[in-house]
Amino acid sequence: MAVDNNSLSTLVVKRLALGLLLLLAISVLIFAGTELLPGDVAQSILGQSATPEAVANLRAEMGLDRPALTRYFSWLFGIVQGDLGTSLSSGRDISTMIGDRLGNTLFLASSAALISVPLAIFLGMVAVHYRDGIVDKLISITTIATISLPEFFIGYLLILFLAVNWNLLPSSSIVYSDMSFMERLTAIAIPCITLTFVVLAHMMRMTRAAILNVMNSAYIETAELKGLSPFKIIFHHALPNAISPIITVVVLNLAYLVVGVIVVEIIFVYPGMGQLLVDHVTNRDVPVVQAVGLIFAAIYILLNMFADIMSIIANPRLRHPK
Amino acid sequence: MKNNLMHDIFSHLSWGARIGLLSILIFAFAAIFAPWVSPFTQDEIVGDVWEPISAHSWLGTDQLGRDILSRLIHGARNTFFIAGAATLLSFFMGTFLGFLAAVSGGRTDQALSRSNDLLMAIPTLIFALVVLSVLPASMAVLIVVMGVLDSTRVFRLSRAVAVDIVVMDYVEAARLRGENTLWIIFREILPNALSPLFAEFGLRFAFAVLFLSTLSFLGLGIQPPDADWGSMVKENKDGIVFGIPAALIPAGAIAILTISINLVVDSILSRTSSLKGGR
Repeated sequence: MAVDNNSLSTLVVKRLALGLLLLLAISVLIFAGTELLPGDVAQSILGQSATPEAVANLRAEMGLDRPALTRYFSWLFGIVQGDLGTSLSSGRDISTMIGDRLGNTLFLASSAALISVPLAIFLGMVAVHYRDGIVDKLISITTIATISLPEFFIGYLLILFLAVNWNLLPSSSIVYSDMSFMERLTAIAIPCITLTFVVLAHMMRMTRAAILNVMNSAYIETAELKGLSPFKIIFHHALPNAISPIITVVVLNLAYLVVGVIVVEIIFVYPGMGQLLVDHVTNRDVPVVQAVGLIFAAIYILLNMFADIMSIIANPRLRHPK
Repeated sequence: MKNNLMHDIFSHLSWGARIGLLSILIFAFAAIFAPWVSPFTQDEIVGDVWEPISAHSWLGTDQLGRDILSRLIHGARNTFFIAGAATLLSFFMGTFLGFLAAVSGGRTDQALSRSNDLLMAIPTLIFALVVLSVLPASMAVLIVVMGVLDSTRVFRLSRAVAVDIVVMDYVEAARLRGENTLWIIFREILPNALSPLFAEFGLRFAFAVLFLSTLSFLGLGIQPPDADWGSMVKENKDGIVFGIPAALIPAGAIAILTISINLVVDSILSRTSSLKGGR
């Protein structure tokens, strides 16, 4: 029984089940956050001067007069079947509104991930190699700086220099469906660099910490005494043992990318999910906000679940908790 | 005794942290004495649209011809007040519930910790956006939303710190004396958990400043005619594509403030190990 409990597949299945449960709980939370709070959607659409009859009519039309529990389950079953509902402000189907935008957002976020993840791991290894030296100090100072900088500061600074003053790249990132791949890449260049800045430093610092942690181990000393080159020690002996915390940090930062992308899309007027969300929060278009918020939360939770599962697989010690 | 402690902490600060402390104090001074130190009022039109830096308006003018320095100083008030109030709220809620979970243990602890995990499973910004889509846009709402969402982080830290203190003999003694839960929380746990919480307060405040600025930048924070640094960035952002850096000035102010706080906290954390609270 004890052995069975700790087998790899059992642990992974357990984590998957927990993730699904969490998703369900989050859907309740998002629904409750918009429905149970003391704000009335019908009232806010019609404005303060609306007559009580008009508000009651709109509430009935939107189905708001049904009990909250009924509305939650019909919302949830709709989503499971791919029906996200209709927008209040435009009357359009939310799934069609999301359409290309989800692809655009994922394209931007994954491009930023493709640049920042290898760069962060490489720079983290460099920092370990030159630890406590100038390079390492420089890295730790930039980490503090970039963690403290708001996304829009980095974004507008890059626009001002790269696009306006030096004219290297386009300043707006509007993409069309019939653009070629290269045109798309040029359009997202500056937002991509901004996002890379946002997550790079943290990932780098955690990679450094993870590798340094194993550098104190006995087998590293053995490798040093064998006379291996420092880089070989870091790459072949330290990195494989640090891989589990590094994966966790990388995926956590990818999850952070999903959030950072909202602000970056607004800065660069990029037609993605983040812009959709913010626009409809401003319009108080609750069904759209619920749907997009749930998608963002789901991506975030799935990434976190993926991080946990990867580290269970990568680290045998986690399979045998004491 | 108190002065001694302050002096002790100050003398251990790195030079970066001292510069950080100085700039925090300058910002705080400007925020408190805004009407007396700013050259103009925040709504006064003092020149042309987007004038460059001059002797007349030290940081130039904004998209309506208002003095940026004056608006920056007045905006500091809103930024400091809302971020500060939200941080205080998150600390009152977070530490109280965190200590309660640690002292009570058992089911209370499980219930509080699991609901906290649940709230932390959604990115703060996403949840704030969802909630702000139905709540009216006002300062009180902003403070409560930011405070409640941020209290999850404080809860986690204060519970972790308190769990270590709860097993101490003096807590056991208080329990045997028959003191109630509130007495134990405020008289036994709180005084011994103050230093790690103090450092965390700085970090949470820096985070609140960034978060408020982000919300205002997205148009969901402080509403015009009131201004904070984030909404000033939003107002002036259209100038960037014409090469007018006005939006970078409030953005830079946010950056300087948060970097300064991080420098000070980082220095306190690395120099005095007692402030780490073991985690």
